[in-house]
Amino acid sequence: MILGCQQHVGRDDRPWLLKGSSLGLVTQLLTFTLVKSRIAIQLFLSLMLGSFLASCNAHKKDLYGSGASFPAPLYQRWAADFNKEHPGVSINYQGVGSGAGIRDFTNNLTDFCGSDVPLKSSELDKLHGNVVGIPATGGTIALAYNIPGITKLRLSREAILGIFLGKITAWNHPLITKDNPEITLPALPITIITRSEGSGTTALFTEYFSKISEEFEKKIGSGKSVKWPVGIAGKGTDGVTALIKQTRGSVGYIELGFAQGRLSFADLENKAGYFVTPSCESGASALATWSPEKGVGDPIGVGDYPLTGVTWLFCHKEYAVEKGALIKEFLKYALTNGQLMASQLGYIPLPPTVVEQSLKTLEEIK
Amino acid sequence: MSFLSRQSNYWKRIDYFHLFCWGASIATVLLFALIICEIISKAAPAIQEFGWHFLTGSEWRPNRDIYGVFPMIIGTAASSFIALFLALPLGVSVSLFLSENFLPATPRHFFRMMIEMLAATPSVVYGLWGIFTVVPLVHHYGNMIARHSHSLPFLKGPAYGNSLLTASLVLSLMILPTIASLSRSALEAVPQSLREGAYALGATRWETILHVRIPYAAPGIIAAAILALGRAMGETMAVAMLIGNSQCFTLSLFSPSNTLSALLANQFAEADGLQISALMYVALILVILTLGTNFLGEIIRRHMQKITAEGH
Repeated sequence: MILGCQQHVGRDDRPWLLKGSSLGLVTQLLTFTLVKSRIAIQLFLSLMLGSFLASCNAHKKDLYGSGASFPAPLYQRWAADFNKEHPGVSINYQGVGSGAGIRDFTNNLTDFCGSDVPLKSSELDKLHGNVVGIPATGGTIALAYNIPGITKLRLSREAILGIFLGKITAWNHPLITKDNPEITLPALPITIITRSEGSGTTALFTEYFSKISEEFEKKIGSGKSVKWPVGIAGKGTDGVTALIKQTRGSVGYIELGFAQGRLSFADLENKAGYFVTPSCESGASALATWSPEKGVGDPIGVGDYPLTGVTWLFCHKEYAVEKGALIKEFLKYALTNGQLMASQLGYIPLPPTVVEQSLKTLEEIK
Repeated sequence: MSFLSRQSNYWKRIDYFHLFCWGASIATVLLFALIICEIISKAAPAIQEFGWHFLTGSEWRPNRDIYGVFPMIIGTAASSFIALFLALPLGVSVSLFLSENFLPATPRHFFRMMIEMLAATPSVVYGLWGIFTVVPLVHHYGNMIARHSHSLPFLKGPAYGNSLLTASLVLSLMILPTIASLSRSALEAVPQSLREGAYALGATRWETILHVRIPYAAPGIIAAAILALGRAMGETMAVAMLIGNSQCFTLSLFSPSNTLSALLANQFAEADGLQISALMYVALILVILTLGTNFLGEIIRRHMQKITAEGH
């Protein structure tokens, strides 16, 4: 027994020797490749330096923005198209989230920012009134669900409120089945999926339901980040989408563009009592009566999809000479030609009245 | 003379090195102090606003500027202690297996490397693995267990896939290598003479392990456990992906929960105003918790070492 112990202590060292020799081989190989790739490295470095110098030269014609992630694909498309029309101008937008975008903008790190919600008064104070807000595009929120075998579902306002307040806990609840007579809903428990971080989507969703239900307003309230009485939360729209996909019996709110083609989403009851499928048309019809002063409302039209809102772009009133003209030009493009692009990418173009009013607001920028 | 000057040169060179070392160590301590100061100063508004109620309040409602982290503190403690409870027996067994000569040296080395590889795996990979493997398992078997245990609050249904148990299970795997490798070195440090003495007295292998090696290595094993606990408390990414991020207080293993670190990771980017200071307050609590854990571990280790030394 004792002998065995000693033996194992002695043998323990051997693999290290082996390791050492293999290490040497790896080092040799590495050196060889390094020598061969030195030219490549030099090339790479000179390229990097070149692009760095180029970016320094073009600095005056660059616009930087950050903020809401939901409209980021559209803004980036606008930037690319604008660049085609105005070669030499580059516009960068990063979808880091509304909160972070506003912070960057307030700290003068960016030239403009995107936000799904209008600026709060405390944020306006920090900017000393040197700010203009312009509605950029509309979007709708879909209620996506995962019930095996079911692809068409109608949800009344009462049912949604019940689900998100934690009162309706199974899919075969009478409040849900009564609007879906043609399908048999399983006795599957409902898992609510929400956003774990602050988000404009949550803000629009909670603001809408706070407006139509006192109980919702009292128990949850509206805002970018709220406390949900039930369910689990995922980070970002991708996180929520993934959670819905993998959880049987789940339901969650995500932007329509993300749900399309990936998940089934429900027809929602609007104020007039009709069940409407979320789409560009039903969203545009809901936005037709929207105005910046009213904010999130409860559209009254028969074909209006209820969960529809607008996302904003904020910029300064006064810039250094060149930048002011540039940003004005870009926003003008966004409000005119850019709106045509919106519907192609699953966003909702702003109604003409709002565009007209916003174009007037643009004149304030110097 | 020349000898003297050479000597003074020699000392000068040492001095620079000395200075550098001093500077580096002071800078590290200063950096830590600065981080703490920064956190405290950013957290000050929330500390003034909520004081101790921050720890006992169970409401986290950023939209109403009400902040309390009791559910997250419970979530942090529960997930890390459950993980430790699961990982400790496993980790110590692994370390025993690897420090005895059950296997020839080469396969033993292979096992050791594999277990150390677990420590090198990025936590987001654990998170992904958890999503695809552990979440469906907990969802399925959780519901079965919950159905048969009507009254127990710890096993109350409905079972969610993203839950306290899921996070704890994955955490236990993540802290396993910490426990295994630290307790292995503690076990290997047991003097050969002690083991030989035990064998000479006619002790079997198991008697030697249970009555000589483990008691002697106990301070090291406990230190390993405490370090692992600290790691579990601070673990962020995998937990944020698996725990469900619910702000509600729960006792059930199958319910979604939240931890301090996951809350920070989730909400910091989009926070503004008082929420930022509330999150800084959370960071402060987290730092105090992990520091306290390590401090406690050190005290226990020293105390145990003294007892073992006196025992001889």
